Amino acid sequence: MQQLINTALGGLTLGMVYAAFALALVLIWRSTHVVNFAQAPMAMVTTFVALEIIDHGHSYWLGFAVALAAGLVLGAVVERVVVRPVEGGPEINAVILTLGLFIVLHALASVVFGNRYRSFPAAFGIRGIDVGGTTIALTGFGIFTILAVLAVMTLLVLLFRFTDLGLRMRAAAFNQEVARLLGVRVGRMLTLGWALAALVGSLSGLLIAGGSLVSPGYMDSVVVYGFVAAVLGGLDSPVGAVVGGLFLGLSLSFVSGYVGSQLVALAALAILMAVLFLRPDGLFAPARERRV
Amino acid sequence: MRRLAAVWHSTLGRHLLVTAAAVLVVVLVVESVDDFRAVQLTQMAYLGIAAGGLTVLTGLNGQISLGHGALMAVGAYTTALLVSDDPVLPLPVALLTATAVTSAVGVVIGAAAARLRGPYLAGATLALAVALPGVALHFGETLGGEQGLRLRVPETPGWVLDAAYFVTAHDLTRSKYVAYLAWFTLVVVYLLLANLARSRVGRRWRAVRDDEVAAELAGIHLGRARVSAFVVSAAAAGAGGAVMALAVRLTAPTGFTLTLSLTLLTAVVLGGLGSLTGALAGAALLTFLPSVITDAGTSAGLDDIRAAELAPLVYGVVMVAVVLLAPRGLVGTLHAGWRRLRNPAVTPDPTTSADAASPGATVATSKGDTR
Amino acid sequence: MNTRTRKLAVLTSVLALTALAGACGAGGKDDDDKGGGGGATEVGVTDAAVTIGGTFPLTGVAAPGYSEIPTGAQAYFDYVNANGGVHGRSIEFLVKDDGYDPTKTSSLTDELVLKDKVFATLGSLGTPTHNAVVDSLNDQEVPDLFVSSGALAWGDDPGAHPWTFGWQPDYEIEGKIIGQWVSENMPDAKVGLFLQDDDFGEDAEKGVREYIDAQVVEAQRYTSGNTDVGPQIAALQASGADLVLSFTTPSYTALGQLVSLKLGFKPQWYVSNVGSDPTLVGGLLERFSEGAVPGTASSLNGVMTTRYIPGVDQPDNPWVQLWQKVWDESGQDGELTNYRIYGMSFAYTFVQALEAAGEDLTRDGLVEAIEDDGGDFAGPQLAPYRYSSDSHLGISGMQVVELQDGVGQPVTDVLTTDIGDSEIATDDSGQADDAPPESGLPE
Repeated sequence: MQQLINTALGGLTLGMVYAAFALALVLIWRSTHVVNFAQAPMAMVTTFVALEIIDHGHSYWLGFAVALAAGLVLGAVVERVVVRPVEGGPEINAVILTLGLFIVLHALASVVFGNRYRSFPAAFGIRGIDVGGTTIALTGFGIFTILAVLAVMTLLVLLFRFTDLGLRMRAAAFNQEVARLLGVRVGRMLTLGWALAALVGSLSGLLIAGGSLVSPGYMDSVVVYGFVAAVLGGLDSPVGAVVGGLFLGLSLSFVSGYVGSQLVALAALAILMAVLFLRPDGLFAPARERRV
Repeated sequence: MRRLAAVWHSTLGRHLLVTAAAVLVVVLVVESVDDFRAVQLTQMAYLGIAAGGLTVLTGLNGQISLGHGALMAVGAYTTALLVSDDPVLPLPVALLTATAVTSAVGVVIGAAAARLRGPYLAGATLALAVALPGVALHFGETLGGEQGLRLRVPETPGWVLDAAYFVTAHDLTRSKYVAYLAWFTLVVVYLLLANLARSRVGRRWRAVRDDEVAAELAGIHLGRARVSAFVVSAAAAGAGGAVMALAVRLTAPTGFTLTLSLTLLTAVVLGGLGSLTGALAGAALLTFLPSVITDAGTSAGLDDIRAAELAPLVYGVVMVAVVLLAPRGLVGTLHAGWRRLRNPAVTPDPTTSADAASPGATVATSKGDTR
Repeated sequence: MNTRTRKLAVLTSVLALTALAGACGAGGKDDDDKGGGGGATEVGVTDAAVTIGGTFPLTGVAAPGYSEIPTGAQAYFDYVNANGGVHGRSIEFLVKDDGYDPTKTSSLTDELVLKDKVFATLGSLGTPTHNAVVDSLNDQEVPDLFVSSGALAWGDDPGAHPWTFGWQPDYEIEGKIIGQWVSENMPDAKVGLFLQDDDFGEDAEKGVREYIDAQVVEAQRYTSGNTDVGPQIAALQASGADLVLSFTTPSYTALGQLVSLKLGFKPQWYVSNVGSDPTLVGGLLERFSEGAVPGTASSLNGVMTTRYIPGVDQPDNPWVQLWQKVWDESGQDGELTNYRIYGMSFAYTFVQALEAAGEDLTRDGLVEAIEDDGGDFAGPQLAPYRYSSDSHLGISGMQVVELQDGVGQPVTDVLTTDIGDSEIATDDSGQADDAPPESGLPE
């Protein structure tokens, strides 16, 4: 029983982290119709920035804030300089481009920050909470993770549903020509979308790192799981991303605990394929005719 | 003389003539290099075989795959199981079986992939690349687990040794035997791929890539065209994996990480998508460049560890730069430049640029989906 | 010529050009021919130098920590070279990065053997990686010395691999030694095993179960690369284990400790030598040791482990003092770490083997020297090597220690044994009291 609860709670926290990452992918998808495979190393770089600040004796929250700001800037720069030329072009070019970026950032971080494990502090406790004499696998930092991701999701829903800015961002992504005619400054919207996405990505990086170890490769598995989570949710829906992340986190945690940790990635693939077969556009996307 | 011209004018005949020339070149080259270069050439060959398959899939049919490393693993593991310490099968049979098994896997994955597009397909194949090594761990008893399956290249058959001695007056070393095996496989695979790409099948693939609706109106079954492209591509990856197993002498999960799949993609992007020449050029770059870069780093005063990170850094930068600045890839760009030099008045004809084995193919000429 | 023809011509010429590029680099005829006549020199050996090489993960997931090993070996070779070398020859050590990918190990080892013409390989790291090259090195009769991995395959069958030698104690004898200790001292403990899912975990489990099979209540395996070990620790906790034997790499030791903290799981821990580096693991955990004395590795207090060479937690040990001096003189970046000490230690053994092989250095002579004299080699190892013509396994034993503030306090004497059903005995060779010669060079 205790194992069941703890495996579930572990999966819950992990799922929330995947959800945060999936949210970032959804944001970029919504603003530019590109899947950013370089999201993980971008988050890794900003997390290392935070770690450098904290290791120089500054507070955790300063590092946290600077990392988020760095994410914002990095996202904007990457969009303006590298991604802009391929936007609206063949999808495959954007995929290859972000994969190239993935490799570049990885190698750069290894050179700059060193290829070794370092511990990353957590803002809140990393001991499990005591409930009636037994410790459950939910930590102060875990609760912070869950709340932070839920808050980001809510903000994004509000942004896209109820604000003029969100509407303009969606318009720019949906059809650049029409949006331009309607007076939307498309370029600015796209940059903003990437910047916000990178900020959310940085948050996911910080949440995974908290109370654990980081190395230049620490986000690599998250690329796959975060992407699967986003696709489960339909790549287009913030709520879908969070539900997809939770579902994936819980499933993988149980597979790891009760079947074997070597099959975790295979389970993720199986879940992905099953969902895509049933709903090729993900669970939360509006049904759409698909040519086969 | 007229008969020769007639042969030259049929596609197959021309390809066969070029094949004969290629075989000659392979023999000349392998004989003129030392054992270490032969080993490197083998590496270039298996990367080239798999990249050839990927470039057909991505360049001609518009499907992206980040999971070709996993398909290579299927070919490699099949070979390793067939060529154990006491070989029951002759090598060519083992290679063919590995190719067949991988094609079968390709049918399954291709059927799933045909329903997906762009980034969905990229993500699904990415998950495949990450997931497959776990299978080898799970079935550790048969597949050797983390340590992998060791295999020995069977003794070179006597008639091969005799033939080699007859032609070159040298004894054939083990590394050169494997190099020959690899390059002859490559020549065969490329011949088949080039022919397929020129055939009706290849035209259908391109039609599906360029415009789904038009293709369907023309009576092409989209799903079938996509699956067939994937299977052909998988078969090439399987053959590449089989050669890789023989060259590496070990098949282990750590050899088939995501890095391998990304390496293949890098090779085809660098060379120019859709072009077999480009795939081969990309494979050559990936084989010969790392040590050059690392050595340059070391002599520039970097320590070993930092110098080792230089090669991936350069690849990544080049990959980004190619997509941004020269989307036709290395071969395509050189080719276009050559054409412009020879005939400055004529701008390249965009319709020929999507051809198979065409150095002029662009990364992707259309969106290929009806978003 | 139409366009198609030209394309095919281009294809052929690329083939030819690449091949030519390859051929040009070959440097013409092979001039290092070994030759059968008397007085011919051995591959990789001149009067002034001997060239050796090894493959290590300098990049990728396995690089953290392990990438320091070759820097330690290099530092010791620099020291030896500065002091006149061995038989007048300096040692050139070529380090190649394989990123822990057997495919690369294979091509890089070919590069070392065929292009760089090394005399021997030294210290190449990893089980799957080295698995890819062990047959080929033996086929080509290249001495394959002191593989940085505790797998049995490097030394249990010299008939199959006459040119390969292990160095560190294999994982099985570590399992046996801790298994016996538990059966004698904690016979009532319910034992959980936390294992890496490869030969490391497998061999260790085999050794442990030889002694305490009945006491083991749960065995959990993690896959390297998947950093979420929560489900595994939760299963160990649920099994009621009160002693966990952890055969893990350092980062997974730390992850296991962090998850246990989260789950409120407080068993007695035993962590294998590989994964217990108090400086590294303690350093990683220090940040999380809420309320503990800062600046110490106290988060691992009470954890048991084993030791087979002195490490940085023993700054007064004469060997560690030598290593510190060697490291400081080498002028490389960074602190002296246990990984670097590991590299220096096998480098020391190699230098000793070179000494023993005599002035006329040959590959045969080197292997013969290790088989004949290796059992008596001096050096930092606490227990003697097992080298003979029947075994190429390395160090024969270790000592169980308990960590207190990052320092290992001996719990047992140095215990030696061998694989299979060989008995465990207290080492009486006095090897542990060996001190380095004044010069720092083996005599």
